[in-house]
Amino acid sequence: MLRIDCPCCGPRDHDEFRYGGDASVTRPAHDDSDFEAWYRYVFVRKNPAGAHREHWQHVLGCRQWLIVERDTRNHAIASVALARKPPTKQPPTNKSPARKPSR
Amino acid sequence: MRRYSALSLLANGLAGHRHWQRAWRAPEPKRSYDVVIVGGGGHGLATAFYLAENHGIRNVAVIEKGYVGGGNVGRNTTVIRSNYLLDGNTQFYEFSMKLWEGLTHALNFNVMFSQRGQIVTAHSADQLDFFGYRANVMRLNGIDAEILSRDDVRRLVPYLDYSDTARFPIHGAIMQRRAGTARHDAVAWGYARAADGHGVDIIQNCEVTGFLREGERIVGIETAKGPIAAGKVGLAVAGHTSVLGHKAGLELPIESHVLQAFVTEPLKPMVDHVVAYGADHFYVSQSDKGGLVFGGNLDGYNSYAQRGNLGVVREVAEAAIALMPCISRVRLLRHWGGVMDMTPDASPIICPTPIDGLYLNGGWCYGGFKATPASGWCFAHTIATGKPHPLNAAYSLDRFRTGRTLDEAGVGPFAWLQ
Repeated sequence: MLRIDCPCCGPRDHDEFRYGGDASVTRPAHDDSDFEAWYRYVFVRKNPAGAHREHWQHVLGCRQWLIVERDTRNHAIASVALARKPPTKQPPTNKSPARKPSR
Repeated sequence: MRRYSALSLLANGLAGHRHWQRAWRAPEPKRSYDVVIVGGGGHGLATAFYLAENHGIRNVAVIEKGYVGGGNVGRNTTVIRSNYLLDGNTQFYEFSMKLWEGLTHALNFNVMFSQRGQIVTAHSADQLDFFGYRANVMRLNGIDAEILSRDDVRRLVPYLDYSDTARFPIHGAIMQRRAGTARHDAVAWGYARAADGHGVDIIQNCEVTGFLREGERIVGIETAKGPIAAGKVGLAVAGHTSVLGHKAGLELPIESHVLQAFVTEPLKPMVDHVVAYGADHFYVSQSDKGGLVFGGNLDGYNSYAQRGNLGVVREVAEAAIALMPCISRVRLLRHWGGVMDMTPDASPIICPTPIDGLYLNGGWCYGGFKATPASGWCFAHTIATGKPHPLNAAYSLDRFRTGRTLDEAGVGPFAWLQ
C-alpha cells in the first residue's frame, strides 16, 4: 500500500486520498489568449518515469490538498507538503489598501 | 522458416521432438536498417511483419528492451471485440477483428482465437436503450450485434445474480458473437516467427537509450548494443511512449497508469463467453486451463511500476461478486499489473510525428491487445508510405490541437479516472 504522510493527520493509507494529477502544470491566466499555453495546460504531460510532483487531496481526513513528490517507478515518496501555503501574518499597519490616496 | 503442419507435428513427435527449429533467430544488430521498430511487443512485431508482408520492406529490425512478449502483450486479459461507437474506431476495430479471423493461417501459428462471444449486461432501461443505439451503429457498419432480453441473458449465462436482492438488476445485454479471446503469448510469438521468416531481425535485451540525428531529422537510434542507423524509426512502446518520446523531443498528451489483471484457481468450465458488467468496471472470461481471468479499473495514479495496490483488488472483487455471487469463495491465484499509455480521449495515436524520420504508435490505453493486427497493418502502411492509412487517419497526434478528438470513453486531462 502507498502510505502518504499527511502534514495534518500523519501517515495514512492512500485509499483515504483522491488523486489530483501532475502538480507541475499551471493554469494560464484567464485572459491569456495564447493557444499553445492552453493546449499544453489541458493536454501535454511530462509523465516522467521517476520523480513526479502530484496533487493528492485527503478527502477522508483533513480535506487539504497536498503536493506529494513520488517516484513513479517504485512509489517511494520523497516529500509531502500542503499545496497552499498558510497565510503569513502581516504586521498591523495604519494604511488600509482600500483607502484612496488623499488629495 | 519451416512451416508448422499436422505432418510436421507427427514427424517431430515420432522423432522425440529433438529436431524443432528455433522459432526465430537471435541476430546481432546490423549497422543500419531501412526501418527500425522500437518495442518488441505485439504492435511492434505486427508492424515489422506487415512491413515485410504488405510492403516488401524486409531490411527491418525490432529492438526490444526485455524479451518478446514480456510487456503488455503478455499481461492483458486477451479480450477481442469490435463494439466501438465512433466513426474511426468502429471501422478500425472491425478491420482488426477480420484480421484476427484469419490470423492463425496468415502467421502459420495457432493463436487460439476463440470467438466465444462477448456479453455486456445492461442494468437499467436507459442503459439497454443506449446499447440499442450502439448495436445499430455496429450493424450499420456490417458488424454483428444483438440485443438480449433479461430472459435471453439468463438462458446464456445462468450464473449471474438474477435474484430480487441484486444490487443492480439485469435488464438485458448487448452481445457480439464474433468477439472472444486469443492466446496472447502465441500472438507475440506468431508475429515474431512470421516476421523473422521474412528476414526481420528481432533483437532482444537491447534498450534504446537515445536517437541519432542529422539536423532535425532522426536517422537512427542509440542502443545498449551500440548505434543503429535507420531510414525510419517507429515507436511502439506502449506505457513507455512518453519516456522515449521525451528523448526524441516530442511533447505528448499521454499519462502512464497501471492496470491490474487477475486469475483465479482453475474451475470446471463455467464461463463460456466474455462477460462484462455494465454497472461497474469488471469483465471476465475463463481460460483453457480453467482460471477465471478478469480485470477492472486503473489503480488511479501515474505509475511505471508493473504492480498494483490492494485497494483495487478489493474494488474488483466487490464488482465481481455483485455480478457473480457464485464465485465469492473462489481463491485468487495471482494478480499483476501492466503500464497503460492513457490518452485524454481514450483513443490511440498512429501517425507520422512532427520530427522527420520518426513515427508513433501509442496511446492504446487499456485496449491495445484486440487492436494488434490492425495496428501493425496501419502502422506499417504509415511508415512505408509516410501517410496514414484511411483506417488510422483519425488517430493523428494533432487531433488534440484541432479538436477532432475521438472521445470514446475519454475524461480529458484526468486519465486516472478512465
